[in-house]
Amino acid sequence: MLWNEEFETLPREALESLQLKRLQHTLERVYATVPFYRQAFQKAGTTPDQIKTLADLQRIPFTLKQDMRDNYPYGLFAVPLERIVRIHASSGTTGKPTVVGYTRRDIEIWSELMARSFGAAGVGRGDVIHNAYGYGLFTGGLGAHYGAEKLGAAVIPMSGGNSKKQIMIMQDFGSTVLTCTPSYSLYLAEIAAEQDIDIKSFPLRVGILGAEPWSESIRGEIEEKLNIKAIDIYGLSEILGPGVAIECIEEQHGLHIWEDHFIAEIINPDTGEVLPPGEQGELVITTITKEGIPMIRYRTRDITRLIVEPCRCGRTHRRLERMSGRSDDMLIIRGVNVFPSQIESVLMSIEGVEPHYQLIVDREENLDTLEVQVEVNEGIFSDAIKPLQDLAARIRKEIKELLGITCKVRLVEPKTITRSEGKAKRVIDNRSK
Amino acid sequence: MKVQQISIFIENIPGRLAEATKVLGDAGVNIRALSLADTSDFGVLRLIVDKNDLAKQVLAEHDFTVSKTDVVAVEVPDRPAGLADILQELDAAGITVEYLYAFVERLGDNAVIIFRFDNVDGAVKTLRDKGIKILPGESVYNL
Repeated sequence: MLWNEEFETLPREALESLQLKRLQHTLERVYATVPFYRQAFQKAGTTPDQIKTLADLQRIPFTLKQDMRDNYPYGLFAVPLERIVRIHASSGTTGKPTVVGYTRRDIEIWSELMARSFGAAGVGRGDVIHNAYGYGLFTGGLGAHYGAEKLGAAVIPMSGGNSKKQIMIMQDFGSTVLTCTPSYSLYLAEIAAEQDIDIKSFPLRVGILGAEPWSESIRGEIEEKLNIKAIDIYGLSEILGPGVAIECIEEQHGLHIWEDHFIAEIINPDTGEVLPPGEQGELVITTITKEGIPMIRYRTRDITRLIVEPCRCGRTHRRLERMSGRSDDMLIIRGVNVFPSQIESVLMSIEGVEPHYQLIVDREENLDTLEVQVEVNEGIFSDAIKPLQDLAARIRKEIKELLGITCKVRLVEPKTITRSEGKAKRVIDNRSK
Repeated sequence: MKVQQISIFIENIPGRLAEATKVLGDAGVNIRALSLADTSDFGVLRLIVDKNDLAKQVLAEHDFTVSKTDVVAVEVPDRPAGLADILQELDAAGITVEYLYAFVERLGDNAVIIFRFDNVDGAVKTLRDKGIKILPGESVYNL
């Protein structure tokens, strides 16, 4: 469903001229109001009036997560605090969190983009949205909530945790849409199964899942176990929160990024060079309508590719290929770049293996070691040793073939790998200790 | 004439074997025979117990991965070459033994050995044709 037909199907030329106009306006504003940006422009020897085309954006330096930390908490805000109506912060695993502020208009736009996103996922009035994203400093809960209300659907503000109750509410209230992380949706399916509740028979129709990288094979697993369509949604608090980009239900391939509000670039993460459309690299986003804390060329660390081919859903906004990982999730093991999602795809290609795995990276005598822990379930266990050893050998061989690195595969008992109620912890890197 | 065996996946970490056997003990399940096959990372504990379904249920409740397998309990004369004679018959019939282990209890003058065959039905037929005694499940669980 097109929530805002005019803007979602704006012809490319009009869309790009709108982008340029909004970009120029944003640049002038941050130059005037945010010392950090003024200094960055000056260092690069440029001023907003020199930006005459979208390609000129490349002359402006990147903004990094560290810049947000350095300007903690309000240093990058472009409006006085009197105009801020909401403050969110990202979970800072190390040190201070990153803080974002929204004006009333920012909240309005965010709700609109989330409503568009729900619409793209085939959700509308009459739907009951079970929102299990966390409510709080994290943008997920409130972002999805406001979008759902804007859309006119009934939203249940569940937040995360208390999984048995989640299942009861979902069943009793007849939820048709589930919003949470992909790993939490699988966790809910598992909890339901443990209680002999047939989650497949629920009226649940669509899952709008995001906030962590996941693979096509996990999608298959979720769709099968919950009997829903699983839609990938993308967002990050630094840019907005959920609703920056989403897959349409027609294609379920590539996430439309709302280009009337964001400019997406793909760069080589090592050199910073902008890559031609279609090439894989790090996603860089510039916000062009945000008031509270505009972001200029923010390096998301997410690895993707722009799909420029038109989509049959009719939206003219280009698509981001499913994120294949984060450049900072990327492990460098003996000099080889390894994304956890690559290991996941190997595991999921093996019959009977469930996506419960963990990667343990360590260093022995100055050599990096990788141990892949995989849970043994009844699907792959019999009474004999050899099939298990063969399985471990096969996983080792396929990882070697795909990545060129040797790893140790350790079969572990079920439920030994921590189940997350939020984001899945896939990697334990002991090298930094 | 098959006997049901329960196998449990056990990680090589301290206490896991004790935990598995405690779960069975607490549920009042008695272990009749057992064998543990191990590798450096994990082991497979194979058991003949008196209450199969209960054993599988309580183990699953404690998050153990469990499977059931059909095995054959054979009476083996307690004399030199008692086992060798039986194995020769099976070999001649082209039946492979995956593994075997013995019961502690004797049955009269004979030993009882649990066999895991690649072809259980073929093995049962061969043993019967050769007049070798095999024991039904019920008599083994309560031996």
